[in-house]
Amino acid sequence: MTLRIPSGTRDVLPEEMRELRRIQSALLDTFADYGYGEISTPAVEYEETLRLADLGLSPSYRVVDDGGELLALRADMTVPIARVVATRYATAEPPLRFCYSANAYRAVRPHRGQMREFLQAGAELVGKPGHAGTAEALTVLCRALHRTGLRGFRVGLGDASLYPALLDAYEVPQDARERILHELSTRDFVGIERELEALGLAGDAVRTLSRIPRTRGDAAVLEAESGALADALAGLRGIVELLDADVAERVIVDLGRFPRLGYYTGAMFEVYDPGLGEPLGGGGRYDDLLGRFGRPLPAVGFALGVDRLHVALAGEERGETDR
Amino acid sequence: MNPFGLTIAVPRGALFGETLDALERIGIDTAEVRENDRKLLFEDVGIVTMRPSDVVTYVEAGAADIGITGKDVIMEQSERQVFELLDLGFGRCVMVVASIAGPDRAAEALRRLGVMRIATKYPKIAASYFERTGRQAEIVEVKGSVELAPLTGLAEAIVDLTATGTTLRENGLVVREEIAVATARVVANRVAHRLKADAIDEVVEQLRAG
Repeated sequence: MTLRIPSGTRDVLPEEMRELRRIQSALLDTFADYGYGEISTPAVEYEETLRLADLGLSPSYRVVDDGGELLALRADMTVPIARVVATRYATAEPPLRFCYSANAYRAVRPHRGQMREFLQAGAELVGKPGHAGTAEALTVLCRALHRTGLRGFRVGLGDASLYPALLDAYEVPQDARERILHELSTRDFVGIERELEALGLAGDAVRTLSRIPRTRGDAAVLEAESGALADALAGLRGIVELLDADVAERVIVDLGRFPRLGYYTGAMFEVYDPGLGEPLGGGGRYDDLLGRFGRPLPAVGFALGVDRLHVALAGEERGETDR
Repeated sequence: MNPFGLTIAVPRGALFGETLDALERIGIDTAEVRENDRKLLFEDVGIVTMRPSDVVTYVEAGAADIGITGKDVIMEQSERQVFELLDLGFGRCVMVVASIAGPDRAAEALRRLGVMRIATKYPKIAASYFERTGRQAEIVEVKGSVELAPLTGLAEAIVDLTATGTTLRENGLVVREEIAVATARVVANRVAHRLKADAIDEVVEQLRAG
């Protein structure tokens, strides 16, 4: 008899568990040092609560309970924490700091090697607005990763509002604006150029609008003389100026970030390591999410895939640092 | 490794020769790749060769930093998270709807039966095209010579890629609609695009300059 477990799930045995536990401890200890309190919430919530997040990841696994109510497994921890803030901390004085290490659940496509259940560790900073809040989250993120022993990681820092603001500044019509933002969200640079050329804008507008999505590098990419571009870059410059040297040297400023979907309103992070071909995790500012749960507060946070972090650490150990 | 320090996924098949020509022009020695059609991995020059449809799989996973493949492959696997950096211009093909010459049997099927059967190797492109144009189509996925499907009654029409239209003509098929033009594209892994930004920009700029 073969007793199966669902694809995209797995058992963790002691040898691996010891290593995962060490990674989690490094992350959670760092979060605690910065005053983030660990919380745990149910893996299963009312579907309507998870749906309140709207643009976020919609829950993939639903079940009807014995009372006929629709329940769903959480797709991340950000939405449950938004619920906790709105209900259990409805009158608490911000800022509020929470962290977690918990399983989340997402749908998988067949034969893609994806996990349905995966362990995330992360932190949420609620009620500390603007650049100062974003810089704190970036600092906690970088120092936590450093503490796990990961050496080659970099954090991509983008701004979800940057390119839309630039399109507005150059008065790109609404229908073209939507098509261009769609191409940007999938990083189809060929498509962006095709759309821009069809618009008949002035030469310098086309040059700027086609150059910005592919621009990424150190803080030098934020230098601009004046005008629409300088205004659009001001947000990222404000964040970078607040970072300590050990954090700033990890940052890759990425002017082409735009969310495929999700609740991000401003700064966006993504973590890369030469030991892994996909991001280890990410996060950003979600200033509108908590309002949907009845407690309008600006917030910023991030989540790391603990399993991916484990793979990246193993990759670095094997010396795959050229990737 | 090549001068750029990048692992490059190269498609065997129709795009193979022009892809190697393009890489040769930017200073990558492709002589061994041309001579040896069994070997797949050429570590000395950072080239891996594979089926065109596998290029996005390898690049998405980071097994290759960048790759070259047709826009048809990228469209069919649009859920793959790769960055599309450059249109190389060669390998031009058109994704078309074709059916047997004479009265259009697909249109007739739609009119009289409310649905048409479409055979294709590109089920996602075909499904989204007919959905977008508001027609009910049942997609039949085949792996090989798709021209056979309307001739044997498996389907009323096909969605396929054609360069010159010769194969279609030889099988008595005519193009009814053009869905999209596909050319060779450069795609990049999203982590490599950040961590190896300078090398990737250099390759793209040199390829763009031709």
